[in-house]
Amino acid sequence: MIRVNNRDEVDWREGLTVSVLLDRLGYTYPHIVVTVDGQVVYEEEYDRRVIPDGANVRLIHLIAGG
Amino acid sequence: MAEKTLSPRRVLAELTYDAPSIKRGYAGQTLYVNLSDNTIAARPVTNLMKEKFIGGRGFDLYLLWHGVDDDTRWDDPENEIVISSGPCGGTTQYPGAGKSIAAAISPLTGVPIDSNAGGHFGPYLKFAGWDAIEVQGKAEQEVIVFVDAPAGRITIEEVPADAPTDTHVLGKWILEHYAESESDRQQMSFVSAGRGSEHSRMGCLNFSLYDRRRQDLRYKQAGRGGIGTVLRDKKVKALVVRTFPIAGNLNAPADLGLLQETGAEMHQEVHDYDPVQNRMRSRGTPYLVQIMDDYDLLPVHNFKFGTHPDTPKINGEVWEARLTQGLPDGCWYGCTVACAHAVDGYVVRSGPYKGQAVIVDGPEYETVAGVGSNCGIFEPDAILEINFYCDTYGIDTISFGTAMAFAMECYEAGILDEAKTGGLELTFGSADDAIEVLHQMARGDEFGRIFGMGIRGMQDYFVEHYGADAQFVRDIGMQAKGLEYSEYMTKESLAQQGGYGLTNKGPQHDEAWLIFMDMVNNELPTFEDKAEALHYFPMWRTWFGLCGFCKLPWNDVVHPKNKLSPEPQKIMHHVENYQKIYEGVTGTAVTLDDIITMSERVYNFQRVFNIRLGYGLRQHDAIPYRSAGPVTAEEYESRAERYDDQLREWLGLDPAQMSLEEKMAAHRQYRTERYQKLIDAVYARRGWSNDGVPTLEKLRQLGMDLPEVVAVVEKHL
Ligand code: SF4
Repeated sequence: MIRVNNRDEVDWREGLTVSVLLDRLGYTYPHIVVTVDGQVVYEEEYDRRVIPDGANVRLIHLIAGG
Repeated sequence: MAEKTLSPRRVLAELTYDAPSIKRGYAGQTLYVNLSDNTIAARPVTNLMKEKFIGGRGFDLYLLWHGVDDDTRWDDPENEIVISSGPCGGTTQYPGAGKSIAAAISPLTGVPIDSNAGGHFGPYLKFAGWDAIEVQGKAEQEVIVFVDAPAGRITIEEVPADAPTDTHVLGKWILEHYAESESDRQQMSFVSAGRGSEHSRMGCLNFSLYDRRRQDLRYKQAGRGGIGTVLRDKKVKALVVRTFPIAGNLNAPADLGLLQETGAEMHQEVHDYDPVQNRMRSRGTPYLVQIMDDYDLLPVHNFKFGTHPDTPKINGEVWEARLTQGLPDGCWYGCTVACAHAVDGYVVRSGPYKGQAVIVDGPEYETVAGVGSNCGIFEPDAILEINFYCDTYGIDTISFGTAMAFAMECYEAGILDEAKTGGLELTFGSADDAIEVLHQMARGDEFGRIFGMGIRGMQDYFVEHYGADAQFVRDIGMQAKGLEYSEYMTKESLAQQGGYGLTNKGPQHDEAWLIFMDMVNNELPTFEDKAEALHYFPMWRTWFGLCGFCKLPWNDVVHPKNKLSPEPQKIMHHVENYQKIYEGVTGTAVTLDDIITMSERVYNFQRVFNIRLGYGLRQHDAIPYRSAGPVTAEEYESRAERYDDQLREWLGLDPAQMSLEEKMAAHRQYRTERYQKLIDAVYARRGWSNDGVPTLEKLRQLGMDLPEVVAVVEKHL
């Protein structure tokens, strides 16, 4: 299990990457600041960066709108 | 083009003047025009105006306050239309620095509305020597107000009876009668409305720009709150300005080098990151349609639902294919974000202009969501048809879309039927009948007349004449303060319920857009967190309207270094850019705290203005229940799992033991109460009393304890 945005409990699987997580959650917005256990992950690492079990993940969507 | 002889024009009043040179973003005077007695006068910009009201929306509200009485209604001659761009408006070195802000007492709300637009009018007006134009009174005959800077003349002119009113035809007529040469076309801009503005309360203003590449006119809209209705009520066909040849230093900035340096960095950022982020340069704001659908936030069927399987038919990809590509579509010079796209050569399929090939400006996200998904219309051509007619008739697409969605739900609920609509079948998705309502609004007949009153007017009418259930139409009518909601779903974001409900002018998202921060990111878990966001963001965003900036370049393209910022939502590297631009123009350095204070002054002034006119208290910050929770069984069942979970988690209830009615009632009580708690927290943060009145202490702290302001507030504390 990992925790997303200090609220949502999300199932963890071996090899879970940032890309797969975003896809599973349906998070398509282009401005998301991703941190895994406090460390910023850049877009180019999304496919490679593996999220460990129990991680604290933040997916901060920047505002936009209007 | 050779000079041509212009037909004689009947001048009713004239003022000659020498345009002053601009100093650090200010012309130093405002233009007053009274159409009742045909007076034209120059008024000085005082130090108090500059210090406390800055410009743009601030100047608008200051001038409007002193023009009207405590009991002025929108259609009284005392009501004014004021337009100003602000000190930074007209800057060409940084993207998005040429907005015009218009204000008037709104026909929809009865309080001041402010609405911004691109186009060239505001900056041209300043370069012509005027920081604002203030139009009061009512003309007896149709008039044009013409500010002709090269000739040093301002005139009120009677317009021949056969002159057109609808903007796309009027524009050509104005060029024909007022432009003396090809260069004039580029140096002219005008503000107009259309026939729809005459018969509805949701009239918009069109701000023109002459598109050199297309060699044609384009229009950007100050849509909200019915200012176009006020323009037509005053019998003004257009406010026209002709300015001097455009150059990069016309705004006479204090430090041109600082503007160039800051602008160059930003242009590079736009160039590098827009193609991989929001793609504003190719899709414009409709990029947001699919994203809102993906997050269950796109208004569908009068805000009942947040998503629809047909959204891909009207999403950003579709519009990218329809919008003309490869043209630098900025709505002011130097805007590299260039999101002001258009569809060229659209062939109109209905109404008086059927068969004409026209330019459709937009559509913007709000239009696609409002007249599209919210009305169940997933047909791009129908959206373009409505967009075109709304613009040329002078009707706000947002109010039209939200009000049409309301009418459609009323039709499906049996409140309306074919007998009441004159044969129109206004079910969700009925594009042709929705378009027919637009034509009726322009003609001022049939159902279009009732519809043109807006949602609040229709609610009263349906209860009084059709026996509609008052509670039901109040619950589903997406208006607050009389203004129709713009196009975002707020049911699962309490902060954004406040972002709409706790505004001065009514539910427009230009103050705060907090849905992601609140609902998705969980960054605002407490009432105090939400209140802080509902202080900071509205104040930050108010500042754009004081200075003449567009909001979009602030956060629709972002440098990756922002990821390392402790507060990424604020996009601090862009905030710093704006500080530099403000300093570069005015010569005054400002901190972020200074910026927030500048906005707070004007924001609190506007709140007191509302109170002065008999509104602006806690009861006026109420929202319709649909913006807070599910009104109908159908809505509850569409998200039953989520709502049932919330009952367990928030209220410790067991939904398995409850009927649907009980579950809906429990939600309603909880959601209604928490909105009241949010109001308490926001008022406390903003320095307002429990009834929403700015306290004397707060006004003193801001230096806004002006005698006229204190006199209003004292009656309520
Ligand atoms: S970002 Fe778009 S709306 Fe804003 S000034 Fe530029 S072109 Fe106009």
